[in-house]
Amino acid sequence: MEIIYLLFIVLLAGFLGFELIRKVPATLHTPLMSGSNAISGITLVGALVASGSDNSVLTTVLGTIAVALASINVVGGYLVTDRMLNMFKKKTK
Amino acid sequence: MNDIVTTINLAYVVAAALFILGLKLLSHPDTAKKGNFISAVGMFIAVVVTLLDQQIISYHYILLGFVIGGAYGAWKAKTVEMTSMPEMVSLFNGFGGAASLLLGWATLSGMSVLALNTAGAFTFVSLFFTILVGGVTFSGSVVAWGKLSGKMSSKAVVFTGLRELSILHLIGMVVVGYLFATEPSNPIWLYCAIALALSFGLWATISIGGADMPVVIALLNSYSGVAASAAGLATGNTILIVTGLLVGASGLILTNIMCKAMNRSLMNVLLSGFSTPVEAGEKIEGEIKVLAAQDAFYVLEAAQAVLVVPGYGMAVAQAQHAVRELQSLLEDNGCTVDYGIHAVAGRMPGHMNVLLAEADVPYDQLYEMDDVNPRMENYDVVIVIGANDVVNPAAKEMKGSPIYGMPVIEAYRAKSVFVLKRSANAGFAGVDNPLFFKENTRMVLGDAKETINSIIREFGDD
Repeated sequence: MEIIYLLFIVLLAGFLGFELIRKVPATLHTPLMSGSNAISGITLVGALVASGSDNSVLTTVLGTIAVALASINVVGGYLVTDRMLNMFKKKTK
Repeated sequence: MNDIVTTINLAYVVAAALFILGLKLLSHPDTAKKGNFISAVGMFIAVVVTLLDQQIISYHYILLGFVIGGAYGAWKAKTVEMTSMPEMVSLFNGFGGAASLLLGWATLSGMSVLALNTAGAFTFVSLFFTILVGGVTFSGSVVAWGKLSGKMSSKAVVFTGLRELSILHLIGMVVVGYLFATEPSNPIWLYCAIALALSFGLWATISIGGADMPVVIALLNSYSGVAASAAGLATGNTILIVTGLLVGASGLILTNIMCKAMNRSLMNVLLSGFSTPVEAGEKIEGEIKVLAAQDAFYVLEAAQAVLVVPGYGMAVAQAQHAVRELQSLLEDNGCTVDYGIHAVAGRMPGHMNVLLAEADVPYDQLYEMDDVNPRMENYDVVIVIGANDVVNPAAKEMKGSPIYGMPVIEAYRAKSVFVLKRSANAGFAGVDNPLFFKENTRMVLGDAKETINSIIREFGDD
């Protein structure tokens, strides 16, 4: 049952993603990609548990590197997207 | 479920809602900034609440990893040049892939003997998939980053046996995947999977040329999300599944848009290195007419409507600020200035738009190909800056051309066309451009930035 429930989430999230992203205009495609970089840093959530639990040295090391890499994406991704979006201005007349 | 687990999962629901809302707000430039912020709040909630997890007993290493990664990310975000955005996104795609790979590995190595024996095949197949997609994303992105940043040749690297090598990799993946799922406690299959994934990503990307990079970056962007989602399936973490798939869908849509803009299938782009070059079609008749920048000024001074078509060459010449200055002068002169942007102009989706936004060009003056083509006849002058294939009439006229069928900005239908170009050679795709030979086309040769600056000086002297 657990598997079916997970696959349902996969199905719905996939469709939702397509509907949401389809509406993003071409002019914002680069910020969309850097924003996606930031969001894909959600791996951080999984990596936190691997890094901080009472595990073998190998697991801790792997988890910590994963935390560092995912943090780059989260912090860098959101900041650079914000920097870019600040540049988009409407014509003032 | 105890209280803490329930709290964490409830917070994940909130975080997912914020991610979705954030993406929804990204559908308009006016609300996009708010959307990005809301998405960041969602991430903050997800991360903070995860730290409550009772399995976490030590925060030292978490903090270490976060400080190092966060500092590097912040530094990169603050200092990156807008022209280098494709490299940065590529690199971040790679980090995302690597993070998922390592998370998959850590999950496996953290399993007790009991867990290894009781977990179902679904978990191990998901783990295998995480490691595979994560690895391909990582090595593929590093190659793409190398090509984009000029650390590697951007040419497609092809050698005999490459196709067989790729097929061998795919067979290897199926075999290793089966062995891994049946005997997960044996680390040799894990190492085989990692090696196969890294190697496949390398060969698959190295055979793709620089002009196809927009497709590759978008696809790797998608993979980085899929890898995160697979990691979520393996660890039963719903927020990873949902969020990873949002990214996966985003990358896939962009990939599709890029492919359509080139009138090619994804398979054709991915295997482009394998195809034999098309024989040159008809010979192009006519001669190239060169115009000096000073003379270009006289035409522009009299123009009522101008369309600027930028390409990757504008980014290379860093000409966007000069273009913006010229735009102001033209507008003061009573001329309207529009920008026509082809979906594959530049090295990543939306690249030109960001460069022009950086130079203070308002986004409502940037138009897509389908908006400018119907009113092309109304433009007195079309200025083509560092673009070539996206304005190439061969796509319509020459059946033998490799780009035949690709939708292009039909600049040749305007009253006159100025092509700013370093020399009259073929463009990135190595295709001759009949536009250069048209009756109404004038070539303004030289560095694009220099050319525009000398036109600007003429306006000043006026």
